[in-house]
Amino acid sequence: MTPQPDTKLSAGDLAVDSREGRRTIATLRDGVKAAWPICLGYMPIGLALGVLAQKAGISPPEIGFMSLLVFAGSAQFIAVSMISGGSSILPVVVTTFMVNLRHLLMSSSLAVHLRPAAHPLFVSLFAYGITDESFAVNTARFKDGSWDPGRALVVNQVSNGVWVLSTIAGGYGGHFIPEGSLGIDYALSAMFLCLLVYQLRGAIYAVTAVIAGGLSVLWALVLPGNAYLIIASILAATAGYALRQRIFRKAISHDTS
Amino acid sequence: MTHPDYALLVAGMGIVTYLPRWLPVFFLSRKSLPEWFMEWLDLIPVAILSALIFSDLFLSGSNSGSRSLQPVNLKSLAAVPTLCFALKTKSLGGTVIVGMLTYWLLEKLF
Repeated sequence: MTPQPDTKLSAGDLAVDSREGRRTIATLRDGVKAAWPICLGYMPIGLALGVLAQKAGISPPEIGFMSLLVFAGSAQFIAVSMISGGSSILPVVVTTFMVNLRHLLMSSSLAVHLRPAAHPLFVSLFAYGITDESFAVNTARFKDGSWDPGRALVVNQVSNGVWVLSTIAGGYGGHFIPEGSLGIDYALSAMFLCLLVYQLRGAIYAVTAVIAGGLSVLWALVLPGNAYLIIASILAATAGYALRQRIFRKAISHDTS
Repeated sequence: MTHPDYALLVAGMGIVTYLPRWLPVFFLSRKSLPEWFMEWLDLIPVAILSALIFSDLFLSGSNSGSRSLQPVNLKSLAAVPTLCFALKTKSLGGTVIVGMLTYWLLEKLF
């Protein structure tokens, strides 16, 4: 009878399937676990955006559509306020571009960690979910060695889902929710503070952080928009790099003399 | 704004947002980068995080409006215990909770 080998084969397949299934579940679980502070922080912001959009004459499905295609909090706030001010299309698009240009740096930095799984489609899907928040969380995890691109993608997509749903929910009934309950407005600020602490892995990182922080405040006072983020980050990283080179070279010359 | 206009607007926003996210990760992840560039990139996360945090904590005013320096405010005050907790415990979840509670208490007090 021929069915025998067939069933054996399918049993083996099942075992492989369940192993892969378990791995997928672990990936999902770890990703969701890492993403929860982001989600907590996104909810009040998304709700607020939904409320504002509704006031600007943008319906909940319409703002959800924007959240899905753009997925960038501050740019969406600016866009909604520009639309309610009667702006035409081009200025909104140009402003969005300027505001979101900072992702260039985050994307460059993440490229290093994605290389092992650099399937073009995966990378393209991953790129869609790069935000300040997912970048910060994923970078911290990649650095401590407990992370892989799959888990990072889950962080991106879960955050994105919560963001889209929050903005839609805000449009339908966000004004019924009391503002600022339980300090939820501070969730993202606190998350960033802790993620900064993770990044302080030596004196050179602390020095770079102080330079970047100081420069960002200075440039923010002078420049409109948020070009200050890009300029401050590039200048600070360059200064940190130069300092490290200098110290390193000095250490070498001390050794040889 | 009409429906086609809105769709066009969102599509435009989507494209100009996606490109800066996609270009570097797509092209840089497929080739090996020079050592100096890797070392420079290694400092980018800490720089961006710090730039985001400082402007969040010490500036008042929105992205679109004019900004002013305001070093002492509820956000920066709440950052002190939050940062201490983060340095001590390195716990992300704990830090988020402590930060929210501190901020909430400060809001009640002032």
